[in-house]
Amino acid sequence: MTASPHAAHLAELNVATLRHPLDDPRIAPFVEMLDSVNAAADRAPGFVWRLVEEGAADATGLRPAGEDVIVNLSVWETQEALWDFTYRSGHLEVMRRRREWFQRHVEAHLVLWWVPAGHLPTVGEALERLADLRAHGPSPRAFTFASSYTPAEAAEHRHAVPPARPEPTPRGAGQTPAGDAAAV
Amino acid sequence: MEDIDAIAVLQDPVRRRLYEYVAAQGREVGRNEAAEAAGVARTLAAHHLDRLAEAGLLESGSRRLTGRSGPGAGRPAKVYTRARGERSVSLPARDYRTAAELLAEAAEEAGLDAGLCAAARRRGEALRGSAAPCGGLDEAVEMLAARGYEPRLEVADGAEGAAGQVVRMRNCPFHAVAERFPPLVCGMNLALLEGLLGAGGPVRARMDARPGECCVVVEPSKSNDH
Repeated sequence: MTASPHAAHLAELNVATLRHPLDDPRIAPFVEMLDSVNAAADRAPGFVWRLVEEGAADATGLRPAGEDVIVNLSVWETQEALWDFTYRSGHLEVMRRRREWFQRHVEAHLVLWWVPAGHLPTVGEALERLADLRAHGPSPRAFTFASSYTPAEAAEHRHAVPPARPEPTPRGAGQTPAGDAAAV
Repeated sequence: MEDIDAIAVLQDPVRRRLYEYVAAQGREVGRNEAAEAAGVARTLAAHHLDRLAEAGLLESGSRRLTGRSGPGAGRPAKVYTRARGERSVSLPARDYRTAAELLAEAAEEAGLDAGLCAAARRRGEALRGSAAPCGGLDEAVEMLAARGYEPRLEVADGAEGAAGQVVRMRNCPFHAVAERFPPLVCGMNLALLEGLLGAGGPVRARMDARPGECCVVVEPSKSNDH
C-alpha cells in the first residue's frame, strides 16, 4: 500500500470454531466462497492488509488459536471501511450462514484495535487483544463495532498508562496492570 | 426539532413532492431539477427545500453541477439529499425499536438465527396469502414498494438490456436493528422476502449486500450467479 493519510489504522481479528474439518462436504459451500470473498476484501475501499499463510491464498491453514479455530486478521484505514466490507459486501452471505459452519462462541470472537499506520500486527499481538477484550470488556485497547473508540481515545489511553511491551509475554505473565482495568 | 414537528413540515403538498422526489433519486439533487420535477418555480422550490433541510429531513451541500472546477467553473450550486436519520411518531408513545434491539440482542446471544429465519419466512408466506409466487420483476417492485423497500429496476452488473434486469432496494425497513446485528437481521430480511416472493416462481431473492442499501437483490430465477 502507498502512504495513507490516516495516522492510525484499524486492525481486526476474528476467530471461528469449525463445526467440521475444512475438507468436510458440509463446509464446502464456505470453502467455495473463500477466494471470491478474499478477492473482494483485497479490492475493497480502505483495505490495507490481511494475514495470509506463506504459499497459500488465505490464512485458513494457520491455527494459532486451536486446532479447529480459523483466524482472520486484517488492517483497514477506517472503521467504516471495515464495516462496509464485513456487512455490506459478499462477506455478509458468509456471515448469514455462520451457524451452519461455525460453532457459536459464548465469548467475544471479534476484536478491533488501532495500530500506527504501516504497522502490521502479529498473530500473537492479535490474540492478546482478543484476550484483553474477553477479560476486561471493550476499552480503547480492544473493542468491538458496537462499542468502539476513536484513534484519539486510544492514543490518550496509551499516554495515561505505562506502555505495554510489544514483545510476546509468557502465558499468564501478560496480565494487565490494575491501572488499566480502572480505565475501562 | 421534535420528530412530530419535522413530520409536520411534510404536510405542505409542494414540500412533500419535493421531499419524495429527492428521496427517490438516491443522489444529490439540485434546485432546478427538483423544481422541474415538482412542477413549481425555482425560487419556491428553493424555499421549500431549505425548510426541509432546516427540519432535518434533507441534508444540503454545495457542488459544481457542471463537473468542472477552478476559475470559470461557476458558483457551486446548492444540492440536497435525504437525511440519514429516522423520524417516527407513535401515539401514544411506544418504543418498539428498543424492544426490537433487545430481542435481537437476546437472539444473537443465543444463536437463534435459524429459528428467526424460519419465522420470517412463514410471515412472508402469510403476507403473500394464497397468491401464486411473484410473477415477475414488475410485480416484485410493486410488492416491495408497498412494504417500504423503495425498489428500483436496474441492469445487473455485466448484463445488458431488459433481460439483465434486477430489482435493488434503496431502503432497509429494519435499518436501525440491521446496523447493530447485521447477519441476524439481514438473514431475517432475506427469509421474509423469500416467503413474500414465494419459492419456485420466476423471480427469487438473493443476498447481495452493498453499502447504503438493502442487503437483498431480486432477480429472475434462471439468471446464473457465479
